[in-house]
Amino acid sequence: MKQLNRREFLKFGALVAGGAALASCAPAAPAPQQPAEAPKATEAPKAAAPAAGAQKLEIFSWWTSGGEIEALNGLFEVYKKRYPGVEIVNAALAGGTSSGGNMKAVLQTRMMGGDPPESFQVHLGGELIGTYVKAGQMEPLDFLYKEEGWDKVFPAELIEIASYEGKPWSVPVNIHRSNMMWYNKKMLADVGAEPPKTWDEWFVLAEKLKAKGQPTLAIAESGAGFTAHVFETMMIPVLGPEDFKGLFTGKTSWEDKRIATALEILKKALDYANADFLNVSWGDVNQLMVAGKVAMIIQGDWTPGVLWSLKFQDFGWAPAPGNEGIYQMLSDSFGLPKKVKNREAAINWLRVCGSKEGQDAFNPAKGSIPARTDADITKYSEYHKWAMEHWKKDKLVPSIVHGAAAPVSFMTDFMNAINVFATKKNVEETQAALVKAAKDAGFQK
Amino acid sequence: MAAPANAPRRRALRFRGDLALAIVVLTPSIVAVAIFIYFFIAYTFYVSVVKWPTLLPDYTFVGLKNWINMFQDMRFRIDMRNLVLYALGFMTQCIVIGFLLASLLDQKIKSEALFRTIFIFPFAVSGIVTGVVWRWLMYPSAGLNQLFSLVGLDFLKSKWYTDPTWGILAVTIASAWQFSGYVMALYLAGLRGISHELKEAAAIDGANTWQLYRRIIIPLLAPVTFTAVVLTGMGSIRVFDIPAVLGTGAAFSTDALAFHMFQLTFQSNKMSSGAVIASVMIILAGFLVGPYLASLQLEESQ
Repeated sequence: MKQLNRREFLKFGALVAGGAALASCAPAAPAPQQPAEAPKATEAPKAAAPAAGAQKLEIFSWWTSGGEIEALNGLFEVYKKRYPGVEIVNAALAGGTSSGGNMKAVLQTRMMGGDPPESFQVHLGGELIGTYVKAGQMEPLDFLYKEEGWDKVFPAELIEIASYEGKPWSVPVNIHRSNMMWYNKKMLADVGAEPPKTWDEWFVLAEKLKAKGQPTLAIAESGAGFTAHVFETMMIPVLGPEDFKGLFTGKTSWEDKRIATALEILKKALDYANADFLNVSWGDVNQLMVAGKVAMIIQGDWTPGVLWSLKFQDFGWAPAPGNEGIYQMLSDSFGLPKKVKNREAAINWLRVCGSKEGQDAFNPAKGSIPARTDADITKYSEYHKWAMEHWKKDKLVPSIVHGAAAPVSFMTDFMNAINVFATKKNVEETQAALVKAAKDAGFQK
Repeated sequence: MAAPANAPRRRALRFRGDLALAIVVLTPSIVAVAIFIYFFIAYTFYVSVVKWPTLLPDYTFVGLKNWINMFQDMRFRIDMRNLVLYALGFMTQCIVIGFLLASLLDQKIKSEALFRTIFIFPFAVSGIVTGVVWRWLMYPSAGLNQLFSLVGLDFLKSKWYTDPTWGILAVTIASAWQFSGYVMALYLAGLRGISHELKEAAAIDGANTWQLYRRIIIPLLAPVTFTAVVLTGMGSIRVFDIPAVLGTGAAFSTDALAFHMFQLTFQSNKMSSGAVIASVMIILAGFLVGPYLASLQLEESQ
């Protein structure tokens, strides 16, 4: 009896061992094929592309909702038209920017495991450079910029933000503007005010509204991020565009007195915010303005799309106070990881991303503007036409909170410091935290 | 493949007997445990004393610098405060509610099995689901608050988890709802193990119900309570899912160590800082498990 059990057990054990042996064979199998394929691709890329019916293009993104999917599909359509025979795998995962960060965690595992997708969505600038470029995981794209003539159609300041060691590392598909003010026209008209042009004017307006018992500024700080976004629009006028950019290169010190000045502005402004701002989450601010509970939202230009979808038309826009002539931008972009399976398909994807056709297919649905300055202006909404005008002539500065200015490690520290500030309102302590974050990120010593 | 391998092994087994079998059976798990638990614990401690601030490994030794930085970090300090409050709230609720439910069920009531199942059901729900449900129940402008104002109990309204100071205690309500049933099951098993003679003897000696519980039942259930403390304590240290859903709150009032670690390691690529928090969590868990293992050893030797 016992013997039999053991025999059975051994049989099972042998099965397991055999299974393990098989399993360990399986991943090894494709390995010898890869080197055989790789030289073919480099020797005759043009010939390989149409012949390889099984070519796959895997695209990672966090675009999973409404207009985003539509926009991404617009890009896919252009790609399919230009390069038929390549199978597109849409590996979109929610949570790129939210606290869950699902997509970024999965991408990180794939990248570090040597199994990168052909291309992935990433914020152009600091986020990509700090995460994957410095880690040696990306290919520089200067050759593609030259081939496609992008140096002429993307603003030089944008290419500068995309570059590290003199080379661009990703291709921008869109531009969002973050230093914008969206105001409830009726609430401002009721106190006879124009949209404020400076923070001083803003406080005059806020005082008037306060007399009527109305908060001026929407803040949503149930988690970190929103107030940090607003704070950036206070740093920009205090520092000016050049010194703001200098914060990330070591030219401007985070110990500068002007940082404390900006923090004082924020501290004062929080008195004019919706009283429950510590309970409100980012997505709820739009309803607050629609309901007339706050007079304005300082937020990026994804806001009008949300307001329109809430059937709210009675709002106006202007740059945040003191931000006139300075375009604070963030950009979704795609790069080229090293060791991708289908390098040619990936490069063609980047060509589509940077093309006029691709950008005009993507951006109207996404609610953003093209990074190219030669896009078809007739396809865009009234706001976006206004934004495209400014895109051509304004000074550009990168956004911290949206990954353009600095690596994610700094971005998180920055948002966390301002999150604590929104509760404790301690200027010195917060500036010290920011200085420490800047040192950790290597901006200054 | 399986058949030829079988024959020689069977013969070998007959000669070496149980020892060979023991080695065959135990080796894989010993190797797996050695690699996937102890090696990675050691590796985590190692990462916590090197530089490694980005995705790319950087094994420059920096000593305790990361640890000192972490203990000066505002968010980490708030997390430690949160841990203390969370552990107190969570353990107290689980143990008190668990014990009360078990005592009530032990009164030879009708359809005990039904109630037992109902009380233990929340344990079958994942933490994420619990978080989502309680997020809406405790949302300041909805859920419970709305219910309270509908029935005229406005004084019961609360900011729940959005309170910048005590929000973490509201989080423990959600966790305790999930885990109390499990603690109840532990106590119920313990109560069933107490012999009737003992209770009857106490009754004959003139003990009332309060004295019976105070002097007989609760002391006899001490080992169960100890287990419950260890389990809920471990739960407090490693809690991740519910705070992840409820959000970190104003000034990190509902943040947790594990969530902080996740953000550092997987969202900010600060591998070494993340490793410091992971190590702190291991050490804290050690303080709980150490006495537990010691007590088990003691029991065995008795």
